[in-house]
Amino acid sequence: MPARRAPSRRSRDSVRSLVDGLLAGDKRAAGKLISLIEDDEPEAMDVLARVHPHTGHAHIVGFTGPPGVGKSSLINRLVRAYRARGKKVGVVAVDPTSPYTGGAVLGDRIRMADTGVDPGVFIRSMATRGHAGGLALATFDAVRVLDALGMDLIFVETVGAGQSEVEIATRAHTTVVVEMPLTGDAVQTMKAGIMEIGDVYVVNKVDLGNEDVLVANLKFQLEPRDGWTPPVVRTAALEGRGIDELADVLEKHRAHLGSSGILLRRELARAKQEILENAQRLMAQRVQGLSRLGATFERLARQVADRRLDAHTAAQRLFDPAATRQRRS
Amino acid sequence: MAKKIRVLIAKPGLDGHDRGAKVVARALRDAGMEVIYTGLRQTPEDIVEAAIQEDVDAIGLSCLSGAHMTLFPEVVKLLKKRGAGDIVIAGGGIIPEEDVQRLKKAGIKEVFGPGTPLRDIVQFFETAAKGG
Amino acid sequence: MADSEERKKLEKELRRWEATTLKDALKALPERRKEFVTTSSRAVKRLYTPLDLPDTFLKRLGKPGEYPFTRGIHPTMYRGRLWTMRLFAGYGSAEDTNERFKYLIAHGETGLSVAFDMPTLYGYDTDEPEAKGEFGTCGVAVSSLEDMQTLFSGIDVGRVSTSMTINGPASVTWAMYLAMAEERGVSRSSLRGTIQNDILKEYQAQKEWIFPPEPSMRLVVDTFEFGSKHVPQWNTISISGYHIREAGSTAAQELAFTLANGFEYVRWGIDRGLRVDDFAPRLSFFFNAHNDLFEELAKYRAARRIWAREMRETFGAKNPRSWLLRFHSQTAGVSLTAQQPEVNIVRTTIQALAAVLGGTQSLHTNAYDEAYQVPNEKAARIALRTQQILAHESGVANTVDPLGGSYFLEAKTDELEEDAYRYFDRIQGLGGVIPAIRKGFFQQEIANSAYRYQREIEDKERIIVGVNDFVVDEQPEVEPLRVTEASFKAQLERLKRMRRTRDKKKWERSLDRLRTACEGEENTMPHILEGVKAKATLGEICDVMREAFGVWEEPLLY
Repeated sequence: MPARRAPSRRSRDSVRSLVDGLLAGDKRAAGKLISLIEDDEPEAMDVLARVHPHTGHAHIVGFTGPPGVGKSSLINRLVRAYRARGKKVGVVAVDPTSPYTGGAVLGDRIRMADTGVDPGVFIRSMATRGHAGGLALATFDAVRVLDALGMDLIFVETVGAGQSEVEIATRAHTTVVVEMPLTGDAVQTMKAGIMEIGDVYVVNKVDLGNEDVLVANLKFQLEPRDGWTPPVVRTAALEGRGIDELADVLEKHRAHLGSSGILLRRELARAKQEILENAQRLMAQRVQGLSRLGATFERLARQVADRRLDAHTAAQRLFDPAATRQRRS
Repeated sequence: MAKKIRVLIAKPGLDGHDRGAKVVARALRDAGMEVIYTGLRQTPEDIVEAAIQEDVDAIGLSCLSGAHMTLFPEVVKLLKKRGAGDIVIAGGGIIPEEDVQRLKKAGIKEVFGPGTPLRDIVQFFETAAKGG
Repeated sequence: MADSEERKKLEKELRRWEATTLKDALKALPERRKEFVTTSSRAVKRLYTPLDLPDTFLKRLGKPGEYPFTRGIHPTMYRGRLWTMRLFAGYGSAEDTNERFKYLIAHGETGLSVAFDMPTLYGYDTDEPEAKGEFGTCGVAVSSLEDMQTLFSGIDVGRVSTSMTINGPASVTWAMYLAMAEERGVSRSSLRGTIQNDILKEYQAQKEWIFPPEPSMRLVVDTFEFGSKHVPQWNTISISGYHIREAGSTAAQELAFTLANGFEYVRWGIDRGLRVDDFAPRLSFFFNAHNDLFEELAKYRAARRIWAREMRETFGAKNPRSWLLRFHSQTAGVSLTAQQPEVNIVRTTIQALAAVLGGTQSLHTNAYDEAYQVPNEKAARIALRTQQILAHESGVANTVDPLGGSYFLEAKTDELEEDAYRYFDRIQGLGGVIPAIRKGFFQQEIANSAYRYQREIEDKERIIVGVNDFVVDEQPEVEPLRVTEASFKAQLERLKRMRRTRDKKKWERSLDRLRTACEGEENTMPHILEGVKAKATLGEICDVMREAFGVWEEPLLY
């Protein structure tokens, strides 16, 4: 077992009392619980076990799209719109950790400055901490905490690079792809696969003009999926244009998910994926630790490197030491 | 992996001189910390709310307009009221020596004047996060 | 350098010198560093010779008082009239600052310059919640016409020129000044002064904006129009590089961004339908006077040359007064140290020298205690004396452009000019100044330069005396300057009384008319004037504008 870190200020608070606070709406408790999970503290699993039964209420909306396209400003305006509709909103904004320094400047909160003190809003900035793709490992666990806090909607803002679209599409209820028109004559190409990912497509910064081609392009390529044709919404976030329309679309999608049974299907698919991912992580931890399994792992690896065993049989033997080579048919 | 230190860098009040705040934010990032920069024109309430939601280890307040004696202690007070008095606060900007002493008495752990080497500031936050 | 024969001879000479005299000297004593750089981290050669100057050098240099004005905007410069010694001043209430004005005038300053407090700069009255804790700490609080009257009590505004450093609400403060002068029977045509009124650099550097760019530019052009018709001796804008530099830019960025902003203002004026020669002569500039003497000199000269060329060639201005770049300068606040503050007097002197050698029209010198506070009286007096020494004892004012012809200086001037044009191209490529602001271009360039500069200091590549070398463990003795509770109360009283006693109907009507004008296309100045005279406060007028124009949110990158 790796040496335990000295208990920090954070882990001194009892998990149970923090979760009680969370369920009563205490934001400080929410902040601390998210930190426990982010830092992978020993108490993190306990936290998640206690929090999970209280989730399932919030509508989770993921936002992806290239950097500079206006995701933060868009989210900021949506938060305001939903607050005006009497809803509580959480935001998890992810920014990349520098691979060189391990640090990060998390700047999405700035664009949400005016909503930060609203009691019905909770904003958490998160760094990817080395996780590939546009999210942090802890992102959707943080979403669960906010769900249990009582948020009606939770917006997740990705970094916008790498495979963030795929990650978010499998975890969020509604995936919003945000694009903006290019200036000049350059032909606008979309990232491969992005057409299959989104439930809603937003063309932001329409105040700059030049958006008709992009909008037409999108509409042409978008196909219906599970009875839903992804709409294209035009917005100019900084001017507040198109925001109510977008909010309406999001509510419509939520209703669609619920009424068509898709929500349940997706929850199941998501649960399976998460369990598998957690199992993979656990497995990786176990085989790399100082344990009997770890020793077995080392032994198997040497056998594979010496050509005495193939890697597939080796993997089977991790589960079942008696497994023999399977003939491929 | 060592635990990440989270710091909130904030500009309370109307002062728009953000050169120092941004340079410090970058330096902390280069030292491996996660820095949430609040942007300009933050009220003490904005800052405290952000510190709580982000569960930061420490806050750095920057003010060059002379309003520090009102704004900095206000942040200290609000943090305590919200049960977050364990978050360490440092201040920086145009602050005469007399005020430095008064701020420290009011609960500001350290005040960094013009010319403070960045490594001193980095070290301060590293120590503060450990509970030192 | 007209002769290529001449050039070849000089090249040969230089190579000979390098191979013999220099080589021997370096063997005996190597140079202290691998590379020597300016404050902006630009390389500086060991030696500059006629070879560093282009063949067209003399033509590009020109004569003072003639296009392209590289050597100065007057043929006689300081032999005719010294620069205006104009110390930026303001703190506390209007009474406090009025006292400081009189003190400075008594000690020989020749122009007034007003510093306003944060709430005023952002269009808030002293009694508004946003002003909490910020009254009078970095400038004077002016919330109304009455405050303006008090501020200039006992001062003949018909005789002295006044500069007001204010941007977002500049038209309102200007209107207060004009109304104040009117009440005293001073004619508008005799009023001399400047309002900074440069909103573009706010978005880029100083961040004291209120409204978004387009309505703010409209307000600025309203002042150009109004000024050209009614206040002919007033500079309705001071296009500034000072703040851009203070925020961390290099000299080249300061030069390029300032001039790019200047061209943008000209474009907007022309788009309004004004003839360029009607308003361009009243555009003025404001540059930083930083540490690196020759780099600063080169910057001022390049600025004059570029402005003259663009105004004549690109904007087609015919009046030579439209080609003149007149500027105020201020020694670099950001270079002042909190450690061993008396040493700041030395820094300020060298910086002021740069401004004077560079041909500034007006100069502010910082006080040595400004790393701690707004200057106390003694410190402000020394700052003024610094200028007086330069003017009367140093001899540098006795000839025009004394360093003109220096190979180093001329080469640096050309280099900065080229740098500026490269930036102009980049800004153009981004769609122009305002689109570039929205994309965060200037802000990012400035932040990057600021970070690089700080790293140089951290790594001791750049020495700051008293800070990272030559350090002493001393507690500096600085006499504090405090804003008193009494001043604050007096200001609140004045505001309360005014709100109570003003003619409510007149006040309401004026604000309604202003609202209509803001929402339409009329020039706002006459309506702002009416509002000010009807005793509307700064905050009330700005609120009307905030409603009509919206407020600006910073498009930050981090």
